Amino acid sequence: MKFMEGNIIKPEEIISPENLVYTKTSLMTDKPLSFCPGCGHGVAHRVIMEVIDEMGIQADTIGVAPVGCSVLAYEFMNIDMQQASHGRAPAVATGIKRCWPGKYVFTYQGDGDLAAIGTAETIHACNRGENFAIFFINNGIYGMTGGQMAPTTLPGMRSSTTPYGRDVALMGNPLKITELVAMLPGTYSVSRHSVHTPLAVRKFKKAARLAFENQKLNKGVTFIEVVSNCNSGWKMTPNEANKWMEQNMFPFFPPGDIKVNGELVSKPSKTS
Amino acid sequence: MKGNEAFAEAAIRAGCDAYFGYPITPQSEVMEYLAAQQPHLRTGMVLLQAESEVAAINMVYGAAGTGKRVMTSSSSPGISLKQEGISYLAGSQLPCLILNVMRGGPGLGTIQPSQSDYFQATKGGGHGDYRMIVLAPASVQEMADFVKLGFELAFKYRNPVMMLSDGIIGQMMEKVELFEQQPRMTKFDQSWATTGKTPDRERNIITSLDLDPARHEVHNRNLQAKYQKMRENEIRFEAIDCDDADYLFVAYGSCARISQKSVKLARAKGIRAGLIRPVTLFPFPEPVLAQMAKKLKGILAVELSSGQMIEDVRLAVEGNVKVALHNRMGGMVPSPEEVFDALIKSFSI
Repeated sequence: MKFMEGNIIKPEEIISPENLVYTKTSLMTDKPLSFCPGCGHGVAHRVIMEVIDEMGIQADTIGVAPVGCSVLAYEFMNIDMQQASHGRAPAVATGIKRCWPGKYVFTYQGDGDLAAIGTAETIHACNRGENFAIFFINNGIYGMTGGQMAPTTLPGMRSSTTPYGRDVALMGNPLKITELVAMLPGTYSVSRHSVHTPLAVRKFKKAARLAFENQKLNKGVTFIEVVSNCNSGWKMTPNEANKWMEQNMFPFFPPGDIKVNGELVSKPSKTS
Repeated sequence: MKGNEAFAEAAIRAGCDAYFGYPITPQSEVMEYLAAQQPHLRTGMVLLQAESEVAAINMVYGAAGTGKRVMTSSSSPGISLKQEGISYLAGSQLPCLILNVMRGGPGLGTIQPSQSDYFQATKGGGHGDYRMIVLAPASVQEMADFVKLGFELAFKYRNPVMMLSDGIIGQMMEKVELFEQQPRMTKFDQSWATTGKTPDRERNIITSLDLDPARHEVHNRNLQAKYQKMRENEIRFEAIDCDDADYLFVAYGSCARISQKSVKLARAKGIRAGLIRPVTLFPFPEPVLAQMAKKLKGILAVELSSGQMIEDVRLAVEGNVKVALHNRMGGMVPSPEEVFDALIKSFSI
């Protein structure tokens, strides 16, 4: 109407609580993210913090940051956190949860951390059925260290230590650790997601909420893999990296539910 | 009661909140005793057998970060595996108690007693500049008493404390008077611990990382100032027949028990010998040795190693008295007579 009357709408009239459709959660600190532009870590960080915010469990949540790109998670997540040595986040989380069984505990780990150096801690925490959540960011590479081959590097994929591509005969096979932990009796919910499209982010957020809701049930580990890009390590633009991820990572690491409420899903359902 | 069992019983009685461990000879009785006692029923104490020593020390790290009384135990090869975690605990300034029931090395070595982890325990066994208070029990009684003392010191300095025992003290049986059951900490200083961020405070972060070199130097200087306070306030030792001594045995743990008899053998033959038993290996009782040095005719360090503690003895006396070594290795243990003979030969008495 104001327009009809020839008035100009002032910014203060637009910026008002009733027009607000989205706001940054207070559980993300004001520190600018140190991740490369286009990286999935920032979105994954934000989604997990939004879930904790919406559930109102900040005062009861303890996170564990590992070694790798996510080592500085505590700089961005406005919650109590412990920094673990390389690969040991599930052991650290076990110590915390056993001492505070009523609190919400999660680890946030990369592929080198979780599926190489920390394989024993990952498998045994999952097998014991510890009541915490594991967020597993899989970008097929050691990001922070400079793009070396990870346990999840695809066959033929180039990295700084496989400059001619991963030769499976020489370097072994990539490890599908998510499918592996789904076989263990201690995991209650296992799924694979991505954060490169709005739809994928919404699905990941639903799963992330479940990761905290499940802790009230005391039925074991909720394990969520996020297949992500590493455009710096892959030496691609963000858009190229996301396309490459869809075309190459998803066929090997298909998104979808792998275990729901303690039951294996026969075929992973396509979610993206 | 065995030394290892006394340690385990004392852990429950000291109000320990959690124990994480992995079996290794000669200290497996610790976890076996705890399991039989069902500490979750007695006091609510958490007991968990981990998948490795590496996992166990990191469980200790996580649990210690919640501000609770936490402990682990192992023996030499297992303690080597824990070193990275101990370095993180020291860097993050977390209190905990670690028992090392030493066996012979290097490598898999032997399951027989040894004192060859002295350097590792007292000089910072993992990476980085750090120290921890090291208590050396010489009896089953002290295997129990030092648990309580160890926790007190760990929380006083927010630092790991190690009890450096050996296969003899861990396995031998003696009478022991146990202290009364202490309450588990229900109210404790949680101001630094990860308990969940509430609106009235900033978030608590347990970390040893700081990428800013200037800030990290300050952190290192603060740690060193803390270790200096330990040197000033926490030296503990036992002096036996030292007042008129011409010759001194310096020995800790099981070797101190043996040397105590050697003192008697010497005294019976008219040789005025005494014994200084360091109870804390870090901080090392340097002042008392420095003070006595000029009055002495000789010091014999007695160790189950190639000669590790003797370096601290030499540093303490600064060349003012001759220091000799009598040692056994690989799981062998000297008799009191053998130690006495070594004194006679070393100083041509």
